[in-house]
Amino acid sequence: MAKRIDVSDLDIYYSNFLAVQGVNISIEPRSITALIGPSGCGKSSFLRSLNRMHEVIPGARVEGKVVIDGQDLYGPDVDPVDVRRQIGMVFQRPNPFPTMSIYDNVVAGVRLNGGRLKKAQLDELVERSLRGANLWNEVKDRLARPGSGLSGGQQQRLCIARAIAVEPEVLLMDEPCSALDPISTLAIEDLMTELKERFTIVIVTHNMQQAARVSESTGFFNLSGVGQPGRLVEFNPTQKIFSNPDEKATEDYISGRFG
Amino acid sequence: MTTTSAPPGPPRPTRRLGDRVFAGSATGAGILILLVLAGVAVFLVTEAWPALTANSADLPNGKSLASYVAPLVFGTLVAAVIALLVATPLAVAIALYITYYAPRRLAATMGYVIDLLAAIPSVVYGFWGIAALAPAMVPFYGWAAEHLGFIPLFAGPASTTGKTMLTAGLVLAVMILPIISAISREVFGQAPALHREAALALGATRWEMIRMAVLPYGKSGVIGGAMLGLGRALGETLAVAIVLSASGGITFNLISSSNPSTIAANIALNFPESSGLAVNTLIASGLALFLITLVVNVFARWVVTRRAEFSGAN
Repeated sequence: MAKRIDVSDLDIYYSNFLAVQGVNISIEPRSITALIGPSGCGKSSFLRSLNRMHEVIPGARVEGKVVIDGQDLYGPDVDPVDVRRQIGMVFQRPNPFPTMSIYDNVVAGVRLNGGRLKKAQLDELVERSLRGANLWNEVKDRLARPGSGLSGGQQQRLCIARAIAVEPEVLLMDEPCSALDPISTLAIEDLMTELKERFTIVIVTHNMQQAARVSESTGFFNLSGVGQPGRLVEFNPTQKIFSNPDEKATEDYISGRFG
Repeated sequence: MTTTSAPPGPPRPTRRLGDRVFAGSATGAGILILLVLAGVAVFLVTEAWPALTANSADLPNGKSLASYVAPLVFGTLVAAVIALLVATPLAVAIALYITYYAPRRLAATMGYVIDLLAAIPSVVYGFWGIAALAPAMVPFYGWAAEHLGFIPLFAGPASTTGKTMLTAGLVLAVMILPIISAISREVFGQAPALHREAALALGATRWEMIRMAVLPYGKSGVIGGAMLGLGRALGETLAVAIVLSASGGITFNLISSSNPSTIAANIALNFPESSGLAVNTLIASGLALFLITLVVNVFARWVVTRRAEFSGAN
């Protein structure tokens, strides 16, 4: 289920603008990999290139290779829709479908995948996914209510439940806690630690304590200069990054002596 | 800042001049539209009153008011429903094409061209209907009467001029198409990127993304646009008066040459030669149109608000 991601010489463009250059990274299965770095350095662009969400933006494209267990995501005969069904994503702002109930939100992806499940199977899937997202006890009595009526933290956990309901191989999280209070953040972090038993998780975060708390490996992105593309400066085990990084820039950034 | 001497007396909430002017003018505009509406209603009722209370023998045609107005109401509804059934799916499809499928430059041009359709005067549509559409439909009517005659809608005998209820409905459909598609385009374009990306990230194809995140979001807007279009179709006068061969009573036969007229077209055609109670009768039919429009709008409002908590407005 959980898969390994190998990225080699990845360049990310918006039309003619080179946003991220030359990323080489190897992401281990069943682990949490954190991506940190200043705003605008290409972390999110890189994350979105891992499930081909990047190309949703007009003019955006990618050069290089992203290989997941031997399969090149950008191969000529690969349908981006299939890629996104294998690689789930959680966004910065909670985005449950406002026109759907909590129940329908959870099964939205399964219905897309063409699964004609029986009612009982769907019910079980909803419960399993919501339990997996630590939300079941809070919403089990109001599954037919709109998802937009939940609090921000609950909505984000609903989005995680929706993403894991389709049993993806990889879970990408783009600053999943930046719109949440500390309690909700803690709930999501605990959840991530549980989920990494089953999924490969890649998380973009601005919160360095968060990266230090939850991740096994950390990648530090930075701009080489104004108008220059972003680069992956350093990729190492989290412990090493936060205690004894190889690069001076990493040390400056994590100790707040940046810029 | 002068904090030394606070003015005596109870503190009054400060209201700035601009705020007061704006609140006043907005309230005024709101009251004005209610007054206009009430004025129209009062006029219709007082003018229709003699016809409503008169003996049926005194009315033109010597029939009761209800049997005079009923075919007109029927004709109005049939023409408008045909127009709505044809125009709404087409308008939604056009709006989706423009917002999510067409290349950007083509989309802008297409939107502009469709808006232009709304600016064409209805008399031109009427002439187009009678000169181009009606003759073009004649062979189809003949074919339909022959092969689809078992359906009451196509019972025939087919009109040889093409001046039928179906032609009138199709002309109306073209007329209301730009209204519905312009409003649909606007609401589809505003479907939040957040939810569109959520659908795509779950592995939705473009059509599935539209079904999950765009159509539910735009539903109330489409209904609102359809109601505006329906209002225009119900009230359209000139195009129907030109296109429709109106001589019959209530019938579901859409392709024959005897059709019920519509309220608005009937008023326009008969008003010049009418006097006395005949005028009151025509105005009574106008009152019926007014009530139909009211009912339709209340219904549409109800449809829109029925699932308000799922609308995404929160």
